Order: sequence, then structure tokens, then C-alpha cells
Amino acid sequence: MATVTLKPIKVPDLRLEADNIKPDAFAGKKAAEIADLHVYCGNSQYPLGEFFEVAGEGGATAAETEVVIDGDVSRVKYIGMKMTAGSVLVKGNADMYVGAWMEGGTITVNGDTDAFAGMGMTGGEINVLGNAGNYLGAAYRGDWRGMQGGVIRVAGDAGSDIGTFMRGGEIIVNGNVDVHVGTHQEGGTIIVKGDAKSKVGGQMVEGEIYVFGDIEVMMPGFQHIGDVDVAVDGVSGRFACYKGDMGERHPRRKGETIYGKLYLKY
Amino acid sequence: MAKLVTDVVCPFCGTLCDDLEVGVSDDGTKILEVYNACAIGAEKFLHSQAKDRVTRPRMKQEDGSWKEISYDEAVEYTATTLAAARKPLMYGWSSTNCEAQAIGTEIGEMVGAVMDNTATVCHGTTLIAVQDVGVPSCTLGEILNRADRIVFWGCNPAHAHPRHMSRYSIFPRGFFTGKGAKGRKMVVVDPRVTDTAKTADIHLQVEQGRDYELLTALRVAFKGEWLPDTVAGIPKKTIYEVADIMKSGRFGIIFFGMGVTQSLSKNHNIDQAICVTRDLNEYTKWNIMPMRGHYNVTGSGEVWGWLHGFPFALDLSRGFARYNPGDTTSNDLLVRDEVDAVFVIGSDPGAHFPNSSVKKIWDLPSICIDPHLTPTTAVCKLHVPVAFVGVETGGCAYRMDNVPIECRKVVDPPEGMLTDLEFLERVTARVRELKGA
Repeated sequence: MATVTLKPIKVPDLRLEADNIKPDAFAGKKAAEIADLHVYCGNSQYPLGEFFEVAGEGGATAAETEVVIDGDVSRVKYIGMKMTAGSVLVKGNADMYVGAWMEGGTITVNGDTDAFAGMGMTGGEINVLGNAGNYLGAAYRGDWRGMQGGVIRVAGDAGSDIGTFMRGGEIIVNGNVDVHVGTHQEGGTIIVKGDAKSKVGGQMVEGEIYVFGDIEVMMPGFQHIGDVDVAVDGVSGRFACYKGDMGERHPRRKGETIYGKLYLKY
Repeated sequence: MAKLVTDVVCPFCGTLCDDLEVGVSDDGTKILEVYNACAIGAEKFLHSQAKDRVTRPRMKQEDGSWKEISYDEAVEYTATTLAAARKPLMYGWSSTNCEAQAIGTEIGEMVGAVMDNTATVCHGTTLIAVQDVGVPSCTLGEILNRADRIVFWGCNPAHAHPRHMSRYSIFPRGFFTGKGAKGRKMVVVDPRVTDTAKTADIHLQVEQGRDYELLTALRVAFKGEWLPDTVAGIPKKTIYEVADIMKSGRFGIIFFGMGVTQSLSKNHNIDQAICVTRDLNEYTKWNIMPMRGHYNVTGSGEVWGWLHGFPFALDLSRGFARYNPGDTTSNDLLVRDEVDAVFVIGSDPGAHFPNSSVKKIWDLPSICIDPHLTPTTAVCKLHVPVAFVGVETGGCAYRMDNVPIECRKVVDPPEGMLTDLEFLERVTARVRELKGA
């Protein structure tokens, strides 16, 4: 695995759009070539090297390339967007769209991420060791396909609207979440180990949501159908199981109506 | 003896009343009386006659005082500021005509601006919801002639759209609505007892921020499913009753406003309200319509829709249109320090944006084009007064139901004043020179 290290040397005055910071763009390139890749600040284009000191070189393919950002990039958007393989490590905070539409590989952010991380992702893994912002694993505006595959893990809290239009994959939040969890969810699993505020599973068609803590206000479209003993992400326990959202449409398969499932830990 | 100008269109709210009559002096220079308009609409016409009106551009000086400058100097400052910026915000657009909006967008394209309109703090969430789940809608004329079930959700037309209820929704007698208000059932959903709520047959006093739950409960009730004893402070018996009233109508309409678009859940409220409407179409005919505020905010969405595919929060900075509210919306851009110049036209962010955003406008090179003196003109570096659209110049505007209506010119603007369109045309020409576009 070849490593490319980017050391931030200048804080962008406006935010930087750096969709080129991903193993796919760095693979097969020397440090100087990587420093020559473009980034945008508003309507102006700059070489990546103006904002980062580049060391090392990319591997032969994206899968053999590791990108390490050695510092804070809380004003840099689109890190790891649409990446297909390899890995990205951010040693500080990152701005919006981390791993948006990513297909494979691993992104680790040691700090926080802003909104839209993992938006519409189909595969790969995102680890956020701090807190995640709003719209984690959600869909782009107007798209009915949110996160479709892969795993997002957040060690801290997450914001609102996580897993909107989610159709597959897994989101695991260790801390608390804000309003709107799994709105329009049609598949996949969301696990919240802390508390959720309200609007959990609104307009949910199918898929699963687990909440270990409390939900301040339950949605009226969920009906209690019994209790189950299950193991969730290494934690086993007794959960109250609800089906819903009863106001929403639901598919029928093999003569059975499929509902979304909401599990609340006792 | 005064002259009477008839069939005048009111450039105030999204109802865009087109039956005003304005009495002007014999020489056609002064507005004396405004007939048929509501108090706010009449005031807009009469205010254009104010003696203390600013009629020339003004530039803020180092010591905070204002210096009168020529339109040529104002064009130069505007064009050079926009052309030099790397990510200018061009905000507003809702109180001007479509012609100005279109030419303004041309400037935005040349300089790589972010274009945003007042929907960003208003019905932008509605537009997001429409993109997510579509919208079954109709025109106000259809409502006048057909509707027998009217829901006002989180809006107060008695004060915000004063002639809406008398012209279209509650009181008029139409082709299939000969009994007027008597033939209509009116439901108001609002946490407050507003003047609109006082006229309703049923007022659902929803808990603040629980509209999403109540809308969901209605969908559950349509299907006859189980509900908790109370949802959002409303007993389930009432919810089932209202669901039946909605299902039993011949033609229904949900009007909604800021109470749902800008409270907790925002776009999800509208998303769910549209789904309520869609569900109701299993039983009878239902529609949903936003109560748009500024008289031509709908038009700016239309113009950008046909030019670039997105109705607000339009980011042209990289030479192609991008859009993502939360990232490309004015307040997010301002608070996150993502723009380096601000251009405002036909809107008053100084009064309506959070203080943290307004402070950023104060810090940046900024231009405000507005016939009035507003909090925005006070924080901007350059104030360019222009003629009132719909009073001193005509142009196209879109009503809240997306019907385009041509505004009328009633009187001439004060001598030497430019219209929005004339000023923007001159800025466009200068920006084109600077950019070599």
C-alpha cells in the first residue's frame, strides 16, 4: 500500500471543493502530479499544492493507495467523494460531503464531519470518531435512493435527517441523534445507541431502526407487535418491536405485507 | 377630476390580485387613490408617492454617512465588485419582474455567482418536498369554482394574504360553489388562535413542532388504522373526524405557509402534507398549494427552473448549475464564510435573516437594489433605488398557483430613475466587458 500524505499549509478563506482528494485520483501519480490536481475556491481553480504539501506517491491502483490528511480540513468539502477503493484517513475535522456517493474503500475521520457524509453511498466504510452532521447517509435532494450499501460508524452524535431514503447498508451511531431518523427508509439498518428526539421512522416503508436509549416523541404510525430478544452490533438484549409507518404504502411479498421495523431497547 | 386606471395588478403578495383600480392625477404623475386593494397593497402604491423617497444611488462613506452618486458610478461599483468576487451571493429576486430575474441570471452566469431567492427562508422547503414526492396542484380559479373542503395549515391569510379568502378560497360563489362560504368546510391547523382560525369550522390547535406527527396521523386515519389517544395534542376522535371530512368532499385543497415550512421538520412537513393529498386522491379530488409570500417569488423559481433546472439555492460558481439546500443556501453560505460579495435585489434579508448572517453582509462588499429604505439598505455599502415594479413599470409576475400575470405601469417613476431591468442591463454590459464573456 502506497501512502500519499497531504499536510494542510493554508486555510482556504472561502471553502475549498476538493473532489480530487481520493485514492482514485491519486493512484499512479507522483507527488508533483498530485500537487498539480485541481481544487476549486468559488469560481477559481487552484492546484492542490497551493493548499497542501504533498508527500509520497499513489499506488498502482486506487485499492493500493492510502491518503493521509495530516491536519484539520474543516473547510474542505468532498473528501473521498465517489471513491471506489483504497483508504482515506483525516487526522482532524472534515467539511461536507465526506464519502458522498462512495462505492468502496475506507474513510476514517478522527474528528467531526459536517453534513451530507456518505450521501447516496453504495459501498465501503466511513468511520467518524467524532460527531457527524445532518443528512448522514441520506439521499441527494429529489433522489429516492439514499444510502444503498456499506457501513457508516459514528463514535459520537449525529445530526438530523440521518438515513433519509435509505435503501441498504448500515448506519451505527454510538451517541444521540437529532430529529428525523430513517425518513422514507426502504431498506438497510440504522442503529442508534443513545437517544433519539422525535420523527423516528416517519414515512418508513421497510428496513430496520434500533434505538437503545429513549425516543422523546414516538411517531403515531407505529404499532407495538411484541417483544424480541436480539443481538445488535455485539449487544444482545430485549427489544420492543414496532411496525410502521402505518400511514405509508407497503409492498407485499409472498402474500405478506412488509413493514418497517422499529426496535426499542428495554 | 382624476383618471382611473383599471385592471391593475397588485405587486405585494403571492395572491397577485388583478382587479385593482388606481386613481391618478390628470397629468398622470401622481397616485391619488387605490380601490379594491387590501390595506397592505394600497400602501405599496401610495408609498411610491412618498416625499422623502430616495431617488439616486447612495454610497456609504468611511464615516458611515451616505454620499449621493450617479447611476453610472453605481453600475461601475456593482459590476466591478461582482466581476472581482470568487463566489458572490446574488440574493432576493422576489419583488421584481421575471425580465429582471432573467437578465440578473445572465450576470450570475458570467461571474459564477450563487443565486438564491427569498424561498430560502420561506417556501424553499416546499420546493425540496416537491422534488422528493411531486405535487398534485391546481389554479386558484379551480378552487374558487370547485372547492368545498379548504384546509389552511400553518398560515394566516386573514393577515398575510388579506384578499385570498374573499377572492378565491372561502367566500366567493363560483360555478359549482353557488353557496359560497356556506357550501365549504374550513379547517385551520395552527398552534395559535389566529383571525383565520376564528373563522374556521374546525380549528386543530396542534402542538408547536408536531405538524409532521399530525399529518402522519391523518394518513393513518385514512386507512382506518390504530392511533394513540392523542397526537400532537389533538384527540384521536377529532383526527378520525377530520379525516372523514376530508375524504367526503368533492374537491379539496390544502393551503400551507411558514408555520409548517419553517418550523421543526420543515420539508418533511410538506412532504407528508403532499402524501396526505396523494392519499386523499384515492377517495376524491384533492390539491395542495403553498401560500407564496412575495408577489413574484414564484416567478424567480420559474425563471431559474427553465434556465438552470433548480428553483432556488442555485450555485453557478463552477460554470454549471448545482443545488443543495443546506450547502448552497444564503444563510449557510453567509454563516460559513463561503461568499465574498453580496448583491441583494427586491428583498430585505437585513430584516429577515438571522443577525449572524446580516453581520456578514455588513462585513462584505455589498449592493442593495431596492426602491425602499430597509434594514438591508442600511447594512449594504451601495444602495441603488429603482422604480417600483407593478407601479412605475410593468413586467411579468407569477401568482402562487404558477399562473403568469403581466403587471401594469400606473405612473412614471421620479425623473431620471432607472428600473431594475434597466439597471441590470447596464451592469450586464459592463460585466461582459470586464469578463470578456
